[in-house]
Amino acid sequence: MPVADYDQASLPDLLPLYYRRLFPFSQYYRWLNYGGVTKNYFQNREFSFTLKDDIYVRYQSFSTQNELEKEMQKMNPYKIDVGAVYSHRPNQHNTVKSGSFQALEKELVFDIDMTDYDDVRSCCSAADICPKCWTLMTIAIRILDRALRDDFGFRHCLWVYSGRRGVHCWVCDEAARKLSVAARSAVSEYLSLVKGGEETVRKVVLSDPIHPFINESLKVVEHYFPQYAVVGQDILGSKEAADKVLALVPEDVRKELLQYFQTEKNPEKRWGRLKTLVQNKRTTAKGHYFEKEIMLQYCYPRLDVNVSKGVNHLLKSPFSVHPKTGRISVPIDLRELDRFDPFDVPTISLICEELDRPKTAEEEEEKEDTDENEREAGERRKRRDYKQTSLAKYVKLFDQFLEGMARSWKGEHLKKSDLQKDF
Amino acid sequence: MQFFSRRKKLIGNSQTEQLYGHCLQFYGQPPIENISLSEFETFAVERLKLLKTVENLGVSYVRTSEQYTKKLDAEFSNLNFPYKIEADDRKPQTGPSEFEKRRKDHISHFILRLAYCQTEDLRRWFIQQEIDLFRYRFKHLHPKNQSEFLHRNNLHYHTISVEEKNNLMDKLINSRFAVSGTTVDYQDFYKVPFQDALDLVRTRKVYLKGGYVYIPHQDIVTIVLNDFRTRLSKALALTARSLPAVQSDERLQPLLNHLSHAYVGQDYSIQKSIGKISLEQIDPLSAKSYPLCMRQLHRGLRDSHHLRHGGRMQYGLFLKGIGLTLDQALQFWRSEFVKGKVDADKFDKAYAYSIRHMFGKEGKRTDYTPYSCMKVILSNPPSQGDQHGCPFRHSDPELLKQKLQSYKVSPSGISQILELVKGMHYQLACQKYFELTHSIEDSGFSLNHPNQYFMESQKLLGGPGAGVKVEVKREDNPATKPPNPSPHQTPGPGNLPQEVEAEITEDLDSFFQDA
Repeated sequence: MPVADYDQASLPDLLPLYYRRLFPFSQYYRWLNYGGVTKNYFQNREFSFTLKDDIYVRYQSFSTQNELEKEMQKMNPYKIDVGAVYSHRPNQHNTVKSGSFQALEKELVFDIDMTDYDDVRSCCSAADICPKCWTLMTIAIRILDRALRDDFGFRHCLWVYSGRRGVHCWVCDEAARKLSVAARSAVSEYLSLVKGGEETVRKVVLSDPIHPFINESLKVVEHYFPQYAVVGQDILGSKEAADKVLALVPEDVRKELLQYFQTEKNPEKRWGRLKTLVQNKRTTAKGHYFEKEIMLQYCYPRLDVNVSKGVNHLLKSPFSVHPKTGRISVPIDLRELDRFDPFDVPTISLICEELDRPKTAEEEEEKEDTDENEREAGERRKRRDYKQTSLAKYVKLFDQFLEGMARSWKGEHLKKSDLQKDF
Repeated sequence: MQFFSRRKKLIGNSQTEQLYGHCLQFYGQPPIENISLSEFETFAVERLKLLKTVENLGVSYVRTSEQYTKKLDAEFSNLNFPYKIEADDRKPQTGPSEFEKRRKDHISHFILRLAYCQTEDLRRWFIQQEIDLFRYRFKHLHPKNQSEFLHRNNLHYHTISVEEKNNLMDKLINSRFAVSGTTVDYQDFYKVPFQDALDLVRTRKVYLKGGYVYIPHQDIVTIVLNDFRTRLSKALALTARSLPAVQSDERLQPLLNHLSHAYVGQDYSIQKSIGKISLEQIDPLSAKSYPLCMRQLHRGLRDSHHLRHGGRMQYGLFLKGIGLTLDQALQFWRSEFVKGKVDADKFDKAYAYSIRHMFGKEGKRTDYTPYSCMKVILSNPPSQGDQHGCPFRHSDPELLKQKLQSYKVSPSGISQILELVKGMHYQLACQKYFELTHSIEDSGFSLNHPNQYFMESQKLLGGPGAGVKVEVKREDNPATKPPNPSPHQTPGPGNLPQEVEAEITEDLDSFFQDA
C-alpha cells in the first residue's frame, strides 16, 4: 500500500478506530504483565503519551488492562513510549518521598537508526530509506540477534520495525530486565565496533587476536557485502565513493589501487584486487585487516549506546503508530528476515480501511468459531477485528513470542509456589 | 562499651577462626568485641597511614614494579599489618602475632569506614585505596591461598573441565592477547556470569558464551575486585545511614571528624626557627618558598589589603608555622589592613583579637596548628571572593594555567601539573610545582603540609626558615603554656564552636604527632 494514501491530518479520525478495534490489548497486557510473577510489575510500569499538538505526558501508569484500554481510548495518543518498572506507581510519583521513587527494571533495548549510516550509504540520507539500504538493518539484526543469544544467553528478543527508518530490539529475559546501568553499558560496548564521528576517518580498528565475536560478525557481513556494498551501494564505482574507501587503506596499497583503477572499472574486480593486496601484506608478523575493517565500517551495526544504557529510558512501543508515516511498529519475523519489506508494513489508514471491507467467507467462518468462545457479547467484535486486517500476521507473531516466554513464567510460578510449600 | 550494636553474634572460637583464619578478608562482618579508646585511635591512624602510602606509591610507581612492591612491603612491616602468609604460618619471633595483625586489619578497616562514609569524595578515596590494597595482597598470595580465600568466601567460581577447555581452546586463545595455548593447558579456567565481569566484557577481553565469561586463573583477581568494590560501596552507603547513632557518642565524634581530615605526620606547630624570619623577607620568600596556595593568599592580601576569614586562618597559621612571632604577625596584618579600608583602631578591635587567638593568647589559650594539605583541600571550599583553599583543587584549570604561566613555569611543566590535577592528585601537582620552581628532578619528599613545603624549600635554598626539628610533645614545650594559666575564660564572641574544635584538636594532635 503506498504511503501516499496515509495523511497525517487524518490521524484524529483513525486513532480512535485503531485503539477501539485494532490495538491488541490483551497480548500487550500479557507481555508487560510477565505472567504476574512479580507483584505490581504492570502497575508500576511507566508509559508516556504524545498527544495531539505535541503535548507530551509522562509517568502514566495503569492498574489493569481495562484501565489501560479506557485511558488510551480516551486520550488517543499519537505516540506511545514504554519506560521502566518503578518502585511505586508512576502516576503517584509526586506523593513519594524524594529519592525513594526509583526505576527498578526494564527490558534491555537497542535502537538502530538508518541516519547513523549516512556516511556510508549513497542511495539515501536522513529519514529516507529504500530497499537497497534496508539491507543494513538486515545485517544489524542478524549480527546482534546472534550475539544476544549465543554470547549473552538471552532467549527472548523481540525485534520491531520502528515505523520509519530503523529497528528496535526488546530483550525481555528476566536477567536482561534486571541489568544495572553499568551492565547495559558494558553489553552495548561489547557490541560496538564502529567508533568515531565526523572527524574520524578510520572508524574500525582491528588487531590481533581477533575476538570470536568479531569473527562471527564478519561472517554475516561477508555474506552480504559483495551484493549490498560493491554492487548495490557501488562503493568502488564513482571516484568520490572509491576515494572514501581508499582513505581506509595504507599509503602503498592506495597508490597501487589508484593505478589499477585507471584501467579496471568493474567494481567487483576492484574489490577483489583490494582484498588481494591487503591480504598479501598480512604475511608479516603484525596482522593487518584492512579489508575486514572496510567491510565492517560500511556494514556493521551502529548502536546508540545512550538508548541502551538507561534503565529509565523511554522507547517507542510495539504496535504504536508512527505519526509521520502512519506505519505500525510491528514485530519482525526473523525466520523470514531477508524477505522483510518495510514498505509492506501496514499503515493505520490501510488497516482501518480493511475493517470496513466486506469479509470473505473464510473470515466469516473463523469469526463465528471464535465468537462462540467469547464470554461477553460486546467484546466479540472488539477483540478479533484485527484478524481481518493486515495486522493479523503481526499479532500472531507477537503471540508466538509471548508463548515462548510464557513457558519460563510457568517455571517461575512453580519455583515460587514450591518455596511457599504451596502444592 | 559497644560500638557496633547492629548485629548480635556469638563470640566463640569458631568465629575467630572464621574471621582471622586467613590473612585476607572481605570485611563482611563488623567486629563485635570491646576495645579501648586508645586502641581504637591507634588502629585507625595506622591504617590511614597505610592507605596514604598505598595512594602515594600508586601514583609514583607502576603497581607491578619491584619498587612499588618493596616499598609497600616495608610499610606493611612497619605498621604491623598482615600481608602474606608465612611459609609455615609460624609465629614471628618478635612483634605482634599474625592473629593480632589480622585483628588490627579487621578492626581498623571498620573504624575508617565510619570516618570515610560521609561524603562522595571521601567514599571514593577510601574505596580506591582499599581496592588497591586488596589487589596488592591478593596478588601476592600463593595460588593455593587464593583458592582458599575464594572458598572461604563462598565465591564458587565454577571451573570448567579439561574437556571443555580443549573444545574451547581456539576461542579462548583468540579472546585475549595474554592467553596462549599454554595458559589454557596449565591454568584453571573459571566460568563466571557476565554480570560479574563487566570490565572484561566491555573491552571484549574475554570469551563470552551463553551469558558466561571464561577467565583464566591469572585474571580472577579482576572478578574478585569487582565483587569487593560492590560490597564495599554498598556497605559504606549503609554505614552512612547508621552514622548519626555513632556520632552521638561524644568520644568518637571528634576522632572520626579528625580522621577524615587527618594529617598523619608532623604538624608544624612550633618552629625552631621562630623569630628568625623578618617581615621584609616575606615578599621574596613568598615567591621563592611558598606553596602556591600561600603565594596566592599573600598576593591577594597585598593586592586588596584584606583577606576574608578563611584566608586569614589559612595564611595566618602558616605564618605562625614558618616562625613569625605574635608581635610580628600583628604588625604584618595591621600594616596591610591599614592600607585598605580598615583604620588602626578598627583593626585592634576586630582583627587583632583573632590573631592573638591563633597564637593561643586568647580564650581557651589553644595553640592552633597550621592547616595540612588534606585540611585545605577537603574542608571549607572557597566561594566567590575567597582566596583560600588549594589552587590545584579549587581553581579552574584555565586560571591555574594562567597563573602558572605568569610565574614562569615551563609549558611542559604546566601540562604535567594539569595532568595531575585532572587525576585529582592535588598534592602531587603541588610537589611538581615545587620541583619546577626549584629546578630539581625529584623533590625527595611526599608533600602533606604547606609548612613542609616551605621548610623543604628553605633547606634547599639554605634560608633562615629551614628549622631543624619540629617540637613533638607539646605538653613538654613550655613555650605554649602561658606563664600564668588562667582559669577557663568565657570564649570570645561567636567563637564557641571553634573553641570546642580547638580543644579536641589539641588532644588529638598530640596523639597524631610522630614519636
